[in-house]
Amino acid sequence: MRPKTAKMRKRWLLAALTTAIGLIVLAGCAGSAPAPSPTSPGSELSGSFKIIGSNTVTPLTALWAEEFMRMHPKVNIAVSGPGSGVGIAALINGTTDIAQASRKMKAKEFDQARANGIEPYEIEIAIDALSVVVHPSNPVSELTIAQLSAIYTGQITNWKEVGGSDGPIVAIARDTNSGTHVFFKEHVVQMKGLPTEDKSLEYGSKVLLLPSTEEGVTEVTKNPNAIFYPGLGYVTDKIKPLAIKRTADAPAVLPSVATALDGSYPIARPLLYYTNGEPTGVIKAFIDYCLSPEGQQKVAEVGYVPLE
Amino acid sequence: MLQRGAPGAIATASLTKSLRRRWRLGERAIESWIFLNGLLAVVVLLGVLVLLLREGLPAFTYTPPWKFFFGTEWYPVSDPPTFGMMPFFVATFWVTLVSTAIAVPIGVGCAAYLAEVAPAKVRETVKPLIELLAGIPSVVMGFIGLMLLSPLVQSAFNLNTGLSGLTAAIMLSMMSLPIIVSVSEDALRAVPKEFREAAYALGATKWETIRHVSIPGALSGIVAAVMLGVGRAIGETMTVLMVAGGALAVPLSPTEPMMPMTAAIASGIGNAVRGGLQYQALFAIGLILFIMTLTVNLIADRVLERQKRKFTR
Repeated sequence: MRPKTAKMRKRWLLAALTTAIGLIVLAGCAGSAPAPSPTSPGSELSGSFKIIGSNTVTPLTALWAEEFMRMHPKVNIAVSGPGSGVGIAALINGTTDIAQASRKMKAKEFDQARANGIEPYEIEIAIDALSVVVHPSNPVSELTIAQLSAIYTGQITNWKEVGGSDGPIVAIARDTNSGTHVFFKEHVVQMKGLPTEDKSLEYGSKVLLLPSTEEGVTEVTKNPNAIFYPGLGYVTDKIKPLAIKRTADAPAVLPSVATALDGSYPIARPLLYYTNGEPTGVIKAFIDYCLSPEGQQKVAEVGYVPLE
Repeated sequence: MLQRGAPGAIATASLTKSLRRRWRLGERAIESWIFLNGLLAVVVLLGVLVLLLREGLPAFTYTPPWKFFFGTEWYPVSDPPTFGMMPFFVATFWVTLVSTAIAVPIGVGCAAYLAEVAPAKVRETVKPLIELLAGIPSVVMGFIGLMLLSPLVQSAFNLNTGLSGLTAAIMLSMMSLPIIVSVSEDALRAVPKEFREAAYALGATKWETIRHVSIPGALSGIVAAVMLGVGRAIGETMTVLMVAGGALAVPLSPTEPMMPMTAAIASGIGNAVRGGLQYQALFAIGLILFIMTLTVNLIADRVLERQKRKFTR
């Protein structure tokens, strides 16, 4: 029995290896095959660069990068979205060309960058209405900033305290890598710009810190007691966005492109790119495309708010 | 001395002097090659330790060690930041304890079945399948935990959320199972046949033989298997990051959302600026994690040694 299976296993391994080698060779051929014709317009642009940062901005950047690479086949753009903090740290450490961020860089981070010989250059690329979402079955449809703050600091723990049905609130946030985590902490948990602003407030210790926006959205679609704050681009019909009131007697405003543009939605924020110094060459071409009417049209496609 | 003597013994008088020298040269080369390989492992280990100490120790000048270890608040991006790793330590403790408690009985039982009861055909099919389980990437296990297991755990235990230490522990037990089964099965099969035959000759049943002869005989191997499983549970990162929930409270029960030490490092290191306070604090957690796994291994070694001595007496 034994030797037979051993031999069979060996044969199987051999087959797998052959397939793998075959695939690699094929991939190599495929990679070298599409030689771009020198006459095609825009083919003089070439080069490769990296964009690291915000999970919120990633769907938009990925779409732009895809379009840009289709127009300029010799350009190669690598996009990854572990969080704004990661992108900014990478810019400071000199390991990325563009940092995408859903929050502004802090003064301390500017200092760290300059100490490393890097001069961060900020470019606003779109606007996001940070939506607060719950399960569609949740009867709550509006909250004030103060109530949100109390929920995320752990002072309010039951939905009936904010007009919902009896049930524990499962407050979900992004982890500390996230620009959304920091933006939400400053503008909602600490109520920046409101008379009740309190800079000593922190997320409560029962808040779930999840590694990606997708995971938070998934949890809200499954959990009737959950509350989370994804970017507008992540809102689907499986989750319900709440209308937000700046104060108790202010009007409740739903997040949308219109309410973010006219400034009536209280937790809208700019989405940003940071480069080392003013961008040049292929990176400048890419950012020009992002800011062009054509690029800004993609912003709306992804669900964010175009500039203007 | 011994190595040099061995080829000499094989060599006959007809062997020419030059041939013997060439033989010895080859031997020397291979010997030093193996020696270098052995040295490399030590160098890497020391390198890791030095790196952890150099990057991690400065954290204790900002937060005193006892405050760092027993502190219950972790706010790395606040101003000023606070670093207390007790929630992570307790989370790692719960996740490891529960996953070991699930994996060991199942794993050892499975190994006993495969080694002692199962017909050869079943064993030849099942064992490779179980070992295949070890090849599933941890991110896939995390995904399964997220989509399939967490709703089940939530409704079964009536929890607020299925993202909890328990869910992570169940996934981890699945991941350490292949190691435990494979290593224990090998250990059980290494117990001499004569022992079992002697037990049967005395009228013992199959169960009595497994319980009183095979398992005690293979205990050192089984302990090694369990320790490998524990090591896997302590060190696993991706799965716990995805399904453990990531709450910063000190978890009082395994059913709460929690953030084990590995997840804390993984979720924080990305935005830590090299040499910054958070960076140092995360390396300090890494250092403590390293000391923990080292301790587990040292204890396992001691147990193994004692067990071996007892068995041979």
